[in-house]
Amino acid sequence: MELLKKTNIDFIGMRKVSFLVSGIMAIIGLLGIIAIARGTANMGIDFSGGTEMQIKFAQAASTQSIRDALAKAGVKEVELQEITGGNQVLVKMHKSTGKSADQVADALKAGIPGNTFSVESSTEIGPSIGEKLKQDTLVAVALSMLGIILYIAWRFDFKFGVGAVVATMHDVLAMIAVFYVMHREVNILFITAVLTIAGYSLTDTVVVFDRIRENMHKSLKDPMITIFNKSINETLSRTIITSVTTFLAAVSLFLFGGEVIHDFAFALVVGVVVATYSSIFVASPIVALWEKHAVETKAEAA
Amino acid sequence: MKGYTWRISLILIFIIASCVYLTPTLVDTLPKWWSGLLPKDKIHLGLDLQGGTHLVMEVETQKAVEGSLDLIATDLEDSLTSQNLRFKKIGRLGGDKVQLTLYDRGSADKVQALIKKKYPDLETLPVFDEGGFVNMQLRINEKEAQVRKDRAVAQALETIRNRIDQFGVSEPVIQREGLNNIVVQLPGIKDPKRAIELIGKTARLEFKLVDESVNAATAAAGSLPEDDELLFEKRTDPQTGAVSETPLVVKKKAIITGELLTDAQIRIDSQYNQPYVAIEFNSTGARLFDQVTAANVGKRFAIVLDSNIYSAPVIRERISGGSAQISGSFTEKEAADLAIVLRAGSLPAPVKILQNVTVGPSLGRDSIHKGLMAGLIGVLLVVSFMALYYKLSGMVANLGMVLNILFLMGALSALGATLTLPGIAAIVLLVGMSVDSNVLIFERIREELRLGKTPHAALDAGYDKAFLTIMDSHVTALITAAVLFQFGTGPVKGFAVSLSLGIIINLFTSLVATKVLFDAFLDRVHVKRLSV
Repeated sequence: MELLKKTNIDFIGMRKVSFLVSGIMAIIGLLGIIAIARGTANMGIDFSGGTEMQIKFAQAASTQSIRDALAKAGVKEVELQEITGGNQVLVKMHKSTGKSADQVADALKAGIPGNTFSVESSTEIGPSIGEKLKQDTLVAVALSMLGIILYIAWRFDFKFGVGAVVATMHDVLAMIAVFYVMHREVNILFITAVLTIAGYSLTDTVVVFDRIRENMHKSLKDPMITIFNKSINETLSRTIITSVTTFLAAVSLFLFGGEVIHDFAFALVVGVVVATYSSIFVASPIVALWEKHAVETKAEAA
Repeated sequence: MKGYTWRISLILIFIIASCVYLTPTLVDTLPKWWSGLLPKDKIHLGLDLQGGTHLVMEVETQKAVEGSLDLIATDLEDSLTSQNLRFKKIGRLGGDKVQLTLYDRGSADKVQALIKKKYPDLETLPVFDEGGFVNMQLRINEKEAQVRKDRAVAQALETIRNRIDQFGVSEPVIQREGLNNIVVQLPGIKDPKRAIELIGKTARLEFKLVDESVNAATAAAGSLPEDDELLFEKRTDPQTGAVSETPLVVKKKAIITGELLTDAQIRIDSQYNQPYVAIEFNSTGARLFDQVTAANVGKRFAIVLDSNIYSAPVIRERISGGSAQISGSFTEKEAADLAIVLRAGSLPAPVKILQNVTVGPSLGRDSIHKGLMAGLIGVLLVVSFMALYYKLSGMVANLGMVLNILFLMGALSALGATLTLPGIAAIVLLVGMSVDSNVLIFERIREELRLGKTPHAALDAGYDKAFLTIMDSHVTALITAAVLFQFGTGPVKGFAVSLSLGIIINLFTSLVATKVLFDAFLDRVHVKRLSV
């Protein structure tokens, strides 16, 4: 079976459109980052804190039934955790839902009739991800980006390293942009999804770069743009197949994974699409233009 | 062609090892003969998948305020002495005041000016005479006290996080609750008691000089000199387990405190086979330690932790260089925990455990079940796609992917790493990477076949050409994972562990495991057309 026959598409030629699209995405993503930094984005309980209630039921109540009862009353974005023994449950509620402990009690009364309960305690909780954790993660990400630039610069060329990192940053920004615009919750699972996709995107980009390097050695005389286009086309069927398989895995998490990991799976789905796009339309064009520019200036100088 | 016996045996060894390590996880009760060196630990699951211990602790913030007032008192004592201002007594009074007792009004004015400059935040109460002395009181106001309490809780949170991280419990949840409380959730650990002790220890380390002029055995609290205190040195007999308490009178004022430490490590004394804790001071600490030991040769020095004396050795000679050791009659575990709390720093105030219960998974059992089903469906989809698209070769790739997951689970279990939802995300990525490596190889093989090469030649060329690409893409991913592992904490770290292990394993399966299958097959069976 074969999805794609030999293609010959001028990807670099489409850069005007793709750079425009990517530029807009990146700007929205940056706005999203600013919103996250200022705490005005839809931050999850792990970042913003919220209310924790400890509820004791007369009879056992499944987490699913509690979740359903709360969802029916519009109390979404809750974390439920059973306390072993004594039919107790911890309900952690997001600050921004604007729902009070009373509303939770009302929702449970209406949603699980016949099972009396008492609210043992209800307190404000702070974020579980403190400032230091945020800083540590940012430092780690920055260092790994630097590490990648250095590795790729050593294996390929400095320009390729920058291209790969720009493409990866682009994907991160695009995922943030989508979540920001759709007002989805930014929590630790989202951060994990972003890191996962960063790894995926990098792999995708490096594969294309590898083919470019190989073709550059083979045909020294061809213009840069031609070599780049040829390489992207040659690796295109691999790019599509890998994306399809990863996409299948992510989509099944999205469709069947249940509401708790819904947003997480959604982030993965978005990420796979964006990462595929960026390895073709962002990473290579940047390097191609840079290379071309370098070659031209050298020619002028000579 | 040649030498695939060692490759096959290596794969078999890995399969067996993974199965052995996973047996405790998969089998409910281990058979009787399963003993000795065979692993008995189930794979560790994180809080989100498994639940664990839920602790609510109260930080006794009032003590933090009192502690900082004590510090101010000591500091004032020092500054007054160094400026030759005579005083009778300086000490904390109640929960919010420091009282200075001076001899005359004249020095009171000077002292007041000094305080205004050093502690502008403190409120000075009107000076009054009492029993021929001049009394001055400094009060910390409500607002300032609240700031200090707040800071104490934040600092306690950070210290507790450090300790848990160093204890090796990955993926804890640590958050502030209400004004003074901290909630800690630890994923199912084997020894929660030890963890709780470790978290709850205030760990105020102090070095104090022993006052030999007072007889400790007969000293009662009332008969002690003003600046002395009575502490006890506890010793547990390693054989009988009996605890003996030796009273010692020490100077109230600590010469060196735990804040001046830079490192603490557990070491084993080679002579007596006794564990001890080696500590390193920072430059200020080293200088102080040098001065103090030089001035007090022949005297005894008490090492005090949370008002218990660990040991009180005699200073034999001046100790410079900034390192010292704490020995005592402790077990290796106790010494290790002591090193952890010393490294992580002391709590700004003692904590009290308010609640200690066991909780279920934070994702909820229902969602874990759904998540696993969804993951399974995803893998099945990928497997069928590969089988359909690459036919027989696709099945080889699928086999490689299954090996990947098996090896990763085995490795996680062998290393005692924690599997969490982020970890599962890393596995999804690994499934993607595993398929990707094979796709890269197969596409290359197809290209070679199109050029008219024989199946065997195309296979070799395909693997050869894809090799560098696979290396490059894996190394870049590994860089990210390694850095995240080194610098990330909590959930990020768990993700990094699964990811970096997965990358290394995938390098092996895609470059060695699947290749040997092809090689063995092509050598035995003469094929005209490669099923790819």
